Order: sequence, then structure tokens, then C-alpha cells
Amino acid sequence: MSEHAVPMRSPYFTRGTLAVLAVAVVGISVYLGRMTFGLQTFTNLNDQWPWGIWIALDVATGIALAAGGFTSAALVHIFGRERYHSLVRPALVTAMLGYTFAVIGLLADLGRWYNVWHPILPSMWQGNSVLFEVGMCVMIYSGVLYIEFVPIVVERFKGRVDLPGVLRALNRPIEGLLRLAEATLSRFISVFIIAGVTLSCLHQSSLGTLMVIAPTKMSALWFTPVMPALFLMSAIAVGFPMIIFESLISSRSFRMAPEMNLLSRVGRIATFTLGFYAVAKVVDLTIREAWPLAFAGGSQAIMFWVEMIVGILVPLAMFASPRVRSNPRGLFVAATLTVAGVAINRLNVFLVAYRPPFSDRSYFPTFYEMLLTAGLIATLVLIYRAIVMIFPVIAAPHGTADDRSAAENDRRAA
Amino acid sequence: MSLRRRDFLKLTAAGPVAFAAAATLPTSAHASPAPDNAFDDAYGVLVDTTFCIGCRKCEWGCNEANDVPRRARTEFDDKSVTTVHRRPDATAYTVVNQIAAPPETPQPVYAKVQCMHCNHPACASACIVGALRKQPEGPVTYDAWKCIGCRYCMVACPFQIPGYEYAKALQPRVMKCGFCAERIIKEGRKPACVENCPNEALTFGRRRELRSLAHQKAVASPGRYLDHLYGETEVGGTSWLYLTGVDFARADLPPLGSRPVPELTEKIQHGVFKNFVPPLALFGLLGLVMASQHSGENGGK
Ligand code: SF4
Ligand code: SF4
Repeated sequence: MSEHAVPMRSPYFTRGTLAVLAVAVVGISVYLGRMTFGLQTFTNLNDQWPWGIWIALDVATGIALAAGGFTSAALVHIFGRERYHSLVRPALVTAMLGYTFAVIGLLADLGRWYNVWHPILPSMWQGNSVLFEVGMCVMIYSGVLYIEFVPIVVERFKGRVDLPGVLRALNRPIEGLLRLAEATLSRFISVFIIAGVTLSCLHQSSLGTLMVIAPTKMSALWFTPVMPALFLMSAIAVGFPMIIFESLISSRSFRMAPEMNLLSRVGRIATFTLGFYAVAKVVDLTIREAWPLAFAGGSQAIMFWVEMIVGILVPLAMFASPRVRSNPRGLFVAATLTVAGVAINRLNVFLVAYRPPFSDRSYFPTFYEMLLTAGLIATLVLIYRAIVMIFPVIAAPHGTADDRSAAENDRRAA
Repeated sequence: MSLRRRDFLKLTAAGPVAFAAAATLPTSAHASPAPDNAFDDAYGVLVDTTFCIGCRKCEWGCNEANDVPRRARTEFDDKSVTTVHRRPDATAYTVVNQIAAPPETPQPVYAKVQCMHCNHPACASACIVGALRKQPEGPVTYDAWKCIGCRYCMVACPFQIPGYEYAKALQPRVMKCGFCAERIIKEGRKPACVENCPNEALTFGRRRELRSLAHQKAVASPGRYLDHLYGETEVGGTSWLYLTGVDFARADLPPLGSRPVPELTEKIQHGVFKNFVPPLALFGLLGLVMASQHSGENGGK
């Protein structure tokens, strides 16, 4: 239950945080460099390879990995599985930051990033464009995620707004605003939750429709008209492992006992969601008779098998084993592999499967492209850490950090 | 146990919309041939590679007529570059390549490459803001001021035509032949490349007339041409048409089916969004599930 969620107490800067900060600083510098000097200086993109890892990883993978937000919301709020309540908030914050950073990453890739708002103008609506739908859904869903975050802000600050000095005059209005937000949201929050799940289903699948527009340029190992369905299934499949992955890292970072009881159950769910995805992929490849390509050798075949074995079959087998599920390390490895598997799938669909008809080179990202991607992830991690230390996001298990932090909180509130 | 499993089934199937839409689609993008002559009364160009002498005068005319980096006239006198395979890019909307030479053919064969001005352009279907558009008169034009620079058009084009000004930090443009749209529609002139061609390798006219001209040519000179008017049916038809005596693939004209390239994505999009019914249905369904689960207490966290 949410009353167990408390702000984490720990020094913000540790050796690990500082390392992450270094990566973030380098990445942000590259980001500013790209914005100042253009794409040519920093990327290996060209007329043959218009899209690179900023689209495949920062945007497509980023959004897929943020799927925990809607799968957990659906599980708890729509399907009424209250037991998993404590997973919703961390997943919500991940999704909120994941979408925010997917957009920040997208801006680096857009040639005219300052026109990114154009699709909002009805005069430029383009109903045939898959990208238009993805863009609109992502925009609205990001808004929904921020709205879903408001109750956490209210919970943290209601009755505690205490600005110092000249700002004191603002205390009452802000307090009033928080109460108003609470009153309004408590009435409509379920609408936002359902809207969030609906929007997620739409754009998670539409991300898979993107490359369907290039049938002649795509390897049949990945090109299929049901790509949208596969993308949605893989997003659902990776949602829960992503929650496990983060929860285990958080509990380690904040020195709490991992919530193994709950996480093993989540691992069980992952067995089904990942299993469905695996079956769907195999059936699709079989119906389209694409298997011979998998044995044809070459980089595409290799990447296909890496995705299938390392990213799907191994973690599936691990999640299916109760012994692995009850062991934090086993669970962590399985979750990490699933996350990596979806990242590899997105790389495969957007880059490896893509073969321009007239190409004299292949695409490999520059060091800068990789640094920018790493920097965005690092910045996200830093902000996540700050948020869970300020707001009640993570539930502390009974008798450990919970009591201490709660006591701490009360002391500060008093 | 089994109850829980069923719920996850429900959850996993939360995208019935996408599934249903995808399932009813044809599995192949090239199902049955359907020549589309919707733009037959619009403008087009017939490229007869057997008349092309590789003089690059079309390239020169194009360079003068368009907003691309200006090149000295004399640069276009260098015919040796035609033997290196070139592609149109951000500095040249069209290039001429040598695609065959003696002894294989009695004379060198050249082909001009540029945007095909598809009847159902994948680039325009992809474009998020409608910056690329098929004009009723035939040209596929580009509005730079709308463009956000996502380069999805480049991913989509089956002919790999659009180039991009990657070097510019501000106002980079998608660069491709615009069929001299202003010039042919407003001024009633021929495109610059056609005007500059000294040898009737390029014929400008209504697509319908060009099609019959091509077939007349084929009948009049048997053996001169392959029995195929490229662009007549490819990807649903293109405004630019090609006649050649050698394999089209060598002229940078890839083998393509007759279905429009963006047909599948458009079907999926319109299937999923049919009058917004599927999304609303999903919304309603989830709402019902939610209500049945929490009959009584509600209100978020
Ligand atoms: S050839 Fe390519 S750029 Fe030209 S209209 Fe067709 S899809 Fe668009
Ligand atoms: S790069 Fe510009 S023209 Fe091309 S799809 Fe994106 S917005 Fe449209």
C-alpha cells in the first residue's frame, strides 16, 4: 500500500553516483555539441542510413522499457491485483522519466528539433503517418504520466508547504493548489489510468508499424505485417522484468532487503508474457516461412539468434524455473536479459534488418552517438535517484528502512 | 492459480485492436497487380536511356534551377564521373550514371536518376507533418518550413531518393527533385533537366501520352528495348517512366511490385483508428474491467 512508500534516506552522492554523474556530464556535452554543430559532425548518419541508435535505442527502446508504467497500472488498478501495489509508483516514475528522455533523445536526432511541436497544429495533421500517431500518443501519454505523478507530490507536500523568507506568501496558495489537485484527481484518476493504458497499447504497437512502410528494405527475419502486435507483446513482456530489474537495483543501492516475495511472483507473470511473445514470434516466422534466412549466415542471422536465444529463450527458461525466481541473483540475470533482449530487438528492427537498396557502407554509431545515449541514461538514473529520495515512491519492507524513514519523515514534518 | 493466469491472458491481449487489424491484412505487400493510372492526366517524364549520351546537361540545368550549392558550368563537362556509381544527394537532385558500356553494348548506356514522383509516394505517407505532398499535377513537393527533420521519408522511399543536409546545424532540409513544380505548373515550362537535354532522352508531357509514346517506340524499334515500361505499374505507378535496353536494376531502378509501398501501414493505421472506434472500445473495455474489480471503493492510490 502506498502508505509504505517513503522517500529513500541515503547520501545522494556515493562513488557509484559520481561515476554515473561523469557519464552524464560527458553525454550532455555531446548533446550540446550536436545542437551547436549539427548531425554530420557527431554521427555516422547519411543518406543511406537516415536512422541510427538515437532512434533505435533512445526513442524506440526507451519507450519499450517504460512499458512497466502501463502494465503495472493495468495489473493493479484495472485488474485489481492490489498485492502488487508497491510496484506501481516506481514503475510510474520510470515511465515518466523514460518518456521524457525518449523525447529529449528524439530532439537530438531531429534535424529541425525546434519544429517538434508542428504535429500539434491541425493544419499539419497527417493521418496516414505512423509517426504522427506515435508522436501524438507519446505526447498525450507523457502528460498523463505527469498527472498520475501529481498525487505523489500531494502526498509528500500537503500540509507541509513551508517556503522560507519572501516566498512565505506563496505557502497558502500552493497548499490550496495541492488540495485542489488532490480533490480533482481523486475523482478522475481512474480515467487517466485507463487512458494511459489505452494510449500505451496504441503507440507501443504503432512503434512496430513504423518500419512496415519499408517492406522492400527490410529483412524478412523481422519484416512482418504483425510487427505492431509483436512490438506490443514485447513491451508487455519487458514491463515486468524492467520492474524487477529496477527494484533489485534500488534495494541494493538503498540497502534494503529485496522484496523477493513480490518479485518472484512478478517473475512468474513474466514467464507468461514473455512466453506469449516467444510463441508469437516463432509462429510468425513459421507462417511467413522465414526460417531459412536464420540459417543463411551473415550479420543479420547472427543478430537474430542473439535476440532469440539471449534475449528471449534463456530468460524465459530462467523465469519459468521456481528456483531461479526465488533467488535474487537469478531473477536479476533473467530480468536483465529480457531488457537487453528488447533493446536488441529494437536495434535489429530499426538498424540490422534495414538494408538500403543502394549502399556502399554499413552503419555503425560513432563514439559520440554512444556517449550521448549513455549520457541520457545516466542523467535519467540521477534524476530517478533524486525523485525517490524526495518523494514517497519506493516501498520499504517492514521493520527495515521503513520505520527509520517514516520516523525521520515525521520528525521533519513536525 | 488458473484465475490469475486468465487475467494475464486478458492483460496480454489488451491490444486486440492491433491484433485484429493486423490479422485481417494481406500478408504480402505485393498481392495482385493493380496498375494505377490515377495520375495519367498529370505531368510525367519519359526517360529513354537508349537516347542518353551521358552529357550531364540535365545535371547542369538542375543545378542552375534549384536551391542547391551552385557549381561551375565547366564541372559538368567532366564525363568521367559518370563511370563512378553516384546517387542523388543534398547537393544534386539528379545524376547521370553509365550503366553499361562496350563490348557489352554497342555504345555506352547512361541513365539519369532522380525522384520518381510516385503516384502513392511512401515519403509523403510517412511524413509526420505533411511536408511532402503529391500534387494533383504530378510532382511530389517538399515544404521545408513544415519539416521537423525526422528523416522518416528517407527510411520510407523505396528508391532511396531523398538526401539530407546533415552538415547544417540550423534549417537542414530534405533534398530531392521537386519536378520543378513551380516552373511546370505556374510558368507552363518544361523541367530544367528536360529543357537542357539535347538528345530527346527526356520527354515531358501528360503521363497517358508518355505511356502510349513508350509503347509506340517499343513497337517501332523491336529489340531496342526491354519489354517493360518501368514506372507504369511499379509501386502503384510513378510519374517518371523509364525505357531501357539493359537491366533496370543497373539504372538504380530496383525490382518492385505493383502495390503502393505505404498501402500496408495506411491500412493498419486506418484499421486501428477507424472513427476512433477501436481505441474507444479498448478504453471502454478496460473501464468495465476496472469497475467490476473495484465495485465500490475507487479513487486512485
Ligand atoms: S521516389 Fe521516393 S522521394 Fe520520390 S516520390 Fe517516390 S517515395 Fe517519394
Ligand atoms: S524529414 Fe521532414 S519531410 Fe521527411 S518525413 Fe520528416 S518531417 Fe516529413
